[in-house]
Amino acid sequence: MAHKTLTPLLEEAQKIAGPHQGQFRDSIVTGIYRTAEQIAGDVVSHTSTKRQDLDRQIDNIITSPVWGFPVMFGVLAVVFWVTIAGANVPSGILATGLFWIEARLTDLFMALNTPGWLHGFLVLGVYRSLAWVISVMLPPMAIFFPLFTLLEDLGYLPRVAFNLDHFFHKAGAHGKQALTMSMGFGCNAAGIIACRIIESPRERLIATLTNNFVPCNGRFPTLIALVSIFIAGSVSLSLSSAVATLAVAGLVVFGIAVTLSISWLLSKTILRGEPSSFTLELPPYRKPLVGQVLVRSVLDRTIFVLSRAIVIAAPAGGLIWILANTTVGDASVLSILAGWLDPLARFMGLDGFILLAFILGLPANEIVLPILIMSYVCGGAMTELASLTDLRHLLVDQHGWTWLTALCTMVFSLCHWPCGTTLFTIQREQHNWRWTLLAAMIPTTVGVIICMLINNLVRAIGLV
Amino acid sequence: MSDTITLNCLGNGSIALVKEVVAEGLTRRRLLDLGLVPGTKVEVIRRSPVGDPIAFNIRGAVIALRREVAGKVLVSPWG
Repeated sequence: MAHKTLTPLLEEAQKIAGPHQGQFRDSIVTGIYRTAEQIAGDVVSHTSTKRQDLDRQIDNIITSPVWGFPVMFGVLAVVFWVTIAGANVPSGILATGLFWIEARLTDLFMALNTPGWLHGFLVLGVYRSLAWVISVMLPPMAIFFPLFTLLEDLGYLPRVAFNLDHFFHKAGAHGKQALTMSMGFGCNAAGIIACRIIESPRERLIATLTNNFVPCNGRFPTLIALVSIFIAGSVSLSLSSAVATLAVAGLVVFGIAVTLSISWLLSKTILRGEPSSFTLELPPYRKPLVGQVLVRSVLDRTIFVLSRAIVIAAPAGGLIWILANTTVGDASVLSILAGWLDPLARFMGLDGFILLAFILGLPANEIVLPILIMSYVCGGAMTELASLTDLRHLLVDQHGWTWLTALCTMVFSLCHWPCGTTLFTIQREQHNWRWTLLAAMIPTTVGVIICMLINNLVRAIGLV
Repeated sequence: MSDTITLNCLGNGSIALVKEVVAEGLTRRRLLDLGLVPGTKVEVIRRSPVGDPIAFNIRGAVIALRREVAGKVLVSPWG
């Protein structure tokens, strides 16, 4: 009722204000700023401009036409290199320790005379996949995440957005998409939530639909492990971590290129429109609280990985063991499923087990590689996998992987459906199952097409 | 009176006074909220490696604007 009587009044007010409405707004803002300026002038005193000058000198280098992009690539490479070189040793120690415990558990089950299937399900299924997730995934995450948090705290990320904005502009996307992508390195679900900082719905959708092309913390260790096994394995030891670093950095740059192309395609087709205006603050550099960042993010990551391992990897490990040990006719359910997927997977340069691992890894990307190893190991005789050399032996000698298989697996890891948590987050943010579906379809389509191209081109040329 | 040009035409290092914001709607409000009201002193700090966006010193904060947005701010060169 109230609004009926109000409407004519409002209309009249609007008629009177009409052409001057903008001026009111302007004079209010001007007034506020004048007052603020006065107050600030009275109470704030600047003693020196040294800090500001230093900031500008730093910016002179890291946003310069000559050094801007090399510095960006260099920082990325250093972060990867530290992660790759640093994760190796703790990974090995964790694996040795956890598999020693597995052996003791087996002894215990033997001593208690438990039935074979119970030992298989609990130790070879549940416990082993836990051990795998922790030893392969935890060290890279615990190193990469704090490093990235340090960069964030320093104030470097807005400079990256500043450097890259032109390309996002060209792609019809928002400059802050560089920031949401950076968040995606930590976790794509977090990246999706970060898309809230983009005001225009069109550009927020573009950023949301393409966030998955940035490898999250759950996929990084997979990429790092495969790169270390294949690319670094084929050069001399002293060069290997440098080569692995370049390969991972190359993959990330490839992911960024795909992000930009798909953003461009989206803004030319289903999400047509002009890029909206945006302002980006380049905040002063701050000295990060190194100790605090290290302790907090290492602890946070450890707890995060451990909880994911227990909630998702453990049940998945049990399921895989059941699938691998339930036989229909002569073959296990796992190999039957893999067999169905095999023709398509082979055409993409993968094999049925790899594709199946990606599908079963839907709940969390962390478990894709462990699932794959589990399904390879369950059928075979191999029980000890304490190092990357053992893993190389399993993949190359027992399952016929070539560098092409590894490359296609890495590309598919970079470009396939987002994990369950991310899809759930997209649904919650967008409230529209069509966008959620599209968020899964776009990367999958891109991944399938690129893998098919790579596989068939390489084979046609005869490189493998 | 000095000439009126748009903010994006200024070279790095130059300083200007805001005369008017000619943008409309959300962009206008955003620019005003940043403190780009008439009379404000703005310094051009740098351009991104590919020339766009441009970073300005607006009331002590470093803010980057895309070229077409900066083109909506009329200024007169200062000093």
